[in-house]
Amino acid sequence: MVQGSAEPPVFDAESLQGARGRFRKEAAIRRVFFAAAATSIVVSVLIILSLLGETWTFVTQVDYSSLWTDGWFPRRGMYDVKTILVGSILVTVVAMFVAGPLGMGAAAYLSEYAKPRVRRTLKPILEILAGIPSVVLGFFALTWISPEIVQRLNSESSLFNLMAAGIGVGILTTPLVASIAEDAMRSVPHALREASYGMGARKVTTSTKVVIPAAVSGLVAAFIIGISRAIGETMVVAIAAGATGGSLFSLNLFEPGQTMTAAMASMAAGTDAVKGAGLTFQSLFFVGLLLFLITLLLNVSADRFVRRVRQKY
Amino acid sequence: MIGTSPATYAPEAVRKSLQGRQRDIKGFAFRAGLLAALLVTVALLAVLISDVVSGGWSVLSTRPIDFLTGSLSSSAATAGIGQGLRGTFFIAVFVVLVAFPVGVGAAIYLEEYAPHTRFTRLIDVNIRNLAGVPSVVYGILGFAIFVKALGAFTGPNANGRTVISAGLTLAILVLPIVIITSAEAVRAVPDSLREAGFGVGATRWEVIRSHVLPYAGPGILTGTVLALARALGEAAPLILVGATTGFLSGGDSYRLTSLQDKFTAMPMIIYNWAGRPQPGFKAATAAAIVILLAVVLMANATAILLRNRYEKRR
Repeated sequence: MVQGSAEPPVFDAESLQGARGRFRKEAAIRRVFFAAAATSIVVSVLIILSLLGETWTFVTQVDYSSLWTDGWFPRRGMYDVKTILVGSILVTVVAMFVAGPLGMGAAAYLSEYAKPRVRRTLKPILEILAGIPSVVLGFFALTWISPEIVQRLNSESSLFNLMAAGIGVGILTTPLVASIAEDAMRSVPHALREASYGMGARKVTTSTKVVIPAAVSGLVAAFIIGISRAIGETMVVAIAAGATGGSLFSLNLFEPGQTMTAAMASMAAGTDAVKGAGLTFQSLFFVGLLLFLITLLLNVSADRFVRRVRQKY
Repeated sequence: MIGTSPATYAPEAVRKSLQGRQRDIKGFAFRAGLLAALLVTVALLAVLISDVVSGGWSVLSTRPIDFLTGSLSSSAATAGIGQGLRGTFFIAVFVVLVAFPVGVGAAIYLEEYAPHTRFTRLIDVNIRNLAGVPSVVYGILGFAIFVKALGAFTGPNANGRTVISAGLTLAILVLPIVIITSAEAVRAVPDSLREAGFGVGATRWEVIRSHVLPYAGPGILTGTVLALARALGEAAPLILVGATTGFLSGGDSYRLTSLQDKFTAMPMIIYNWAGRPQPGFKAATAAAIVILLAVVLMANATAILLRNRYEKRR
């Protein structure tokens, strides 16, 4: 026995725990991060509260007959909801006629056909398009799309029109649709494609009969998210569709019109305080709540579809 | 009978189709259609950029300094974007100071700390929904909270319609983007790195600080830059928060006390000028767009390059 080692060092649970201060610091840091995450809930609550307050005033005080008249002229007390709702729908339909084929086509090409080198150059270009601010596309829709495309197709079209706004919104939505659709198609396992080739199927058959059906949930989600984005898009319509004061109910794509978003922008723009007949100010919040609920519904349903893809593969 | 050669069972047409040598017209058309979709999209981007550059060139080439530093004006010949650049600069500062720490913190909580509870799932779903809320609705939030409720703090002399309100609103608007992209970057960190840290007795925060964050750094940075680019281009919330569009006295001061004054920003200027009928403003709008696009696209391109570089390395 060597001297000095008569008593072996004693380890008990306490000595292995480490310093108290370290634990306190650890708990404090955890609380800070939790607070950051909880902020998102606070934001949601604040959004709903700020919408509900004035909406309640509007709903309780508005004359219900003014919600179904000939047009949306909030400053004159005409709050025809169907005018701006139909305006939003028209713009969205035009936008999806642009963004659907362009976005899905681009996604299918990038995912199924493009060689890695081509993909590496074209994908960033799509991402750059995704980063273009919507005011810029609004200006483009007004100064190029409207005179060069819309007025050439229909010479009676006015310079400000819903068609040009819809095409502009469509271009803005295309990269988003493309990116989600491409993710969906790329997440289809290669084994499925190889099985199809093994049966002697061609590339086009494999793409249309195997990959697209397998990715269909994701493609539907891409389309729904595109719609949600198009309905919520403000600046393109505010600039290119005209009708800043208000709009009569109309289904004509080649005339000025107004969407829910543009109606909100034009109510708030220009004046220091939103002015006009009695409930103009409150109607802004009412339209905002309507828009919030519509996009929420679309986003939740898109989320369902996305999750279905994830569960499968 | 048994000795019949297989060829008799395979008619000419079947044999031919098995050869697979004839032109695949359907496949060719499909491929061409897809490529066309992609090329049209790219072409639109090219037309857009050439349209604004050629439209704004007259202004940018004749009076570049004057245009970049000048004030808002009702005359297109003298109007400049100095005040807009200042507003956009401060909005960027607010986004970086508010959305970056909160967003990254939330992402770290969700990926590293959060227990698998209902509440965690609620936060997760909520963030994804927030990312889809239209920007104009965030404008209403900014108007109700920062302009009205907190007006005394954000700008007592300007009815709360200040760059503080705008910056905070846009920071909240991009918060979900920062959280989602940062969470993805943190999720991509291999567990073996964390286990190595825990194995030598590090606490969770020590592991995060020394292992997770350095590895996830480029991804987090990419997400932040993308979010920043988004914030700089947003106009709808600014309309609601009440950016000035007409005459703006001062408004180009970079001193901190000026934060509580009225303000304007680049997207707001573009929105306002685009609606003016005088021909001079069309060129001025295009010129302002060129400047905004240069800033936004440069930020985006940096983020994309950064990401591609680090993706390749792994």
